[in-house]
Amino acid sequence: MIRFEQVYKRYESQHEALSGLSFELLSGEMAFLTGHSGAGKSTLLKLIALIERSSHGQVIVNNQNLNRLPKWKIPYYRRKIGLVFQDHNLLHDRTVFDNVALPLIIAGENHREIGRRVRAALDKVGLLGKERSLPIALSGGEQQRVGIARAVVNRPPVLLADEPTGNLDPELSREIMYLFEQFNQVGVTVFIASHDQDLINQMSYRHITLQHGKLAENHS
Amino acid sequence: MKLFNIHNYLLRHVQVMLSSLGELWRQPVATTMTLLVIGIALLLPAGLYIILKNVEQVSGEWQQANRISLFLQNEMSDRRGEQLAEQLLTWPDITEASFQSAQQSLNEFREISGLQSLLDTLPNNPLPAVIIIEPEENQPQEATEALLERLAALPEVDLAQLDMQWLQRLRSINETGQRGISILAILLSLSVLLVIGNTIRLAILNRQTEIRVIKLVGGTNAFVRRPFLYTGMWYGLLGGVLAWVTLLISLLIISGPIDDLAALYDSQFKLQWFAGQMLFGLPLCGLLLGVMGAWLAVSRHLSAIEPS
Repeated sequence: MIRFEQVYKRYESQHEALSGLSFELLSGEMAFLTGHSGAGKSTLLKLIALIERSSHGQVIVNNQNLNRLPKWKIPYYRRKIGLVFQDHNLLHDRTVFDNVALPLIIAGENHREIGRRVRAALDKVGLLGKERSLPIALSGGEQQRVGIARAVVNRPPVLLADEPTGNLDPELSREIMYLFEQFNQVGVTVFIASHDQDLINQMSYRHITLQHGKLAENHS
Repeated sequence: MKLFNIHNYLLRHVQVMLSSLGELWRQPVATTMTLLVIGIALLLPAGLYIILKNVEQVSGEWQQANRISLFLQNEMSDRRGEQLAEQLLTWPDITEASFQSAQQSLNEFREISGLQSLLDTLPNNPLPAVIIIEPEENQPQEATEALLERLAALPEVDLAQLDMQWLQRLRSINETGQRGISILAILLSLSVLLVIGNTIRLAILNRQTEIRVIKLVGGTNAFVRRPFLYTGMWYGLLGGVLAWVTLLISLLIISGPIDDLAALYDSQFKLQWFAGQMLFGLPLCGLLLGVMGAWLAVSRHLSAIEPS
């Protein structure tokens, strides 16, 4: 599903964020991306989401070589990738419902379908009663679940999460991870960047560990 | 890939159109000020255009005023003057020549001017006898001027005057005015473009986070651009309507005195309002400028806002 072949990412400051990275994530797999801060975890996820492009090497997602994807096709590509962020990236002047509905509105779904799918997604993350609330009225854990609902409402085959539990206490973090597991069980490829080693060790999934932009560890 | 749904697409456009109108409605003070600037900028050239068209209409009333007045020497008898008029009628490039004696001129002047008592105090008639000549129509201006020269050279004639001259001056003033208004219209259109562009630029900066998030979840540039284009459209359209209403009110205020003035000059002149033309033209101009201004602002600033 996601394949990196000798990928390098160099910034203008000559800083090399990734160097010669190769790995593969199979369709329907769930994996953690770990490493110290600055090891290149975020950069790696940005390459998959096409927020940035690699300087060298191939990134292949869903049999599509991202280097060859023209700029105007990026929005359509991103609709097939669910993104979850540490700081949620919610719109604070819109209700929970409108936040989750955004990807569907962009995709041009009709009104009834939007209502149905937004409620299904909110139900899955346990926030069905909060659809009229503004994000600011929710706790950190709830806001993160809104972010997850928005990421999955479009039913993307790939779900990427960048430190999704970074601001949460261990119990809430465990709940969030449990949500990701559930999505993985219905066939979604899940890739989570996290430096929360305790949490990762509790769960028996593959680790991909980065060190100074290089692959340090890759095992189940 | 799902089939492109035209119904949803149009519905989405209507939604964005209305929500961008709602956005303006929620900031009444800022919106009103912007609309006033746009309205005034559109009003000025439109108002000047109407004034110019009306002046053209006035000068058009004297379209037939291509006449030559021959003021005769003072000491000449009426008999001699009549003979001269008949003689001139035989010239091929003259279609009409009518003699008016000094006494007739005085009577006419007395009637028009209303200076009867003053004229009665004069010891003798200060006005000369005059022959009014209508040259052959449709002949070039040079020929008429050549005729004027020949007539002026006649010994009986004191002064030959082509009534056309002041009309030509008026027309060239009019022409100058038209050019001036065109330049003004272009400059003011440019200012409308810049005002709308700047307003949209601020709206874009205010919504940077939203734009970033929309792009992250797969929004195309067209999707991001759409609400701003509609905002620009509303600014232009409403500014145009505002300009039209203001124009009608201004015309209403000045039309009374102008009609009085025309009546005093015994003129058939009626102030033309061009209300229909302007009702169509002002909002349309506004709309085009609004969308253009928004487009310029959006294409300049949107590409800079990318998720990172």
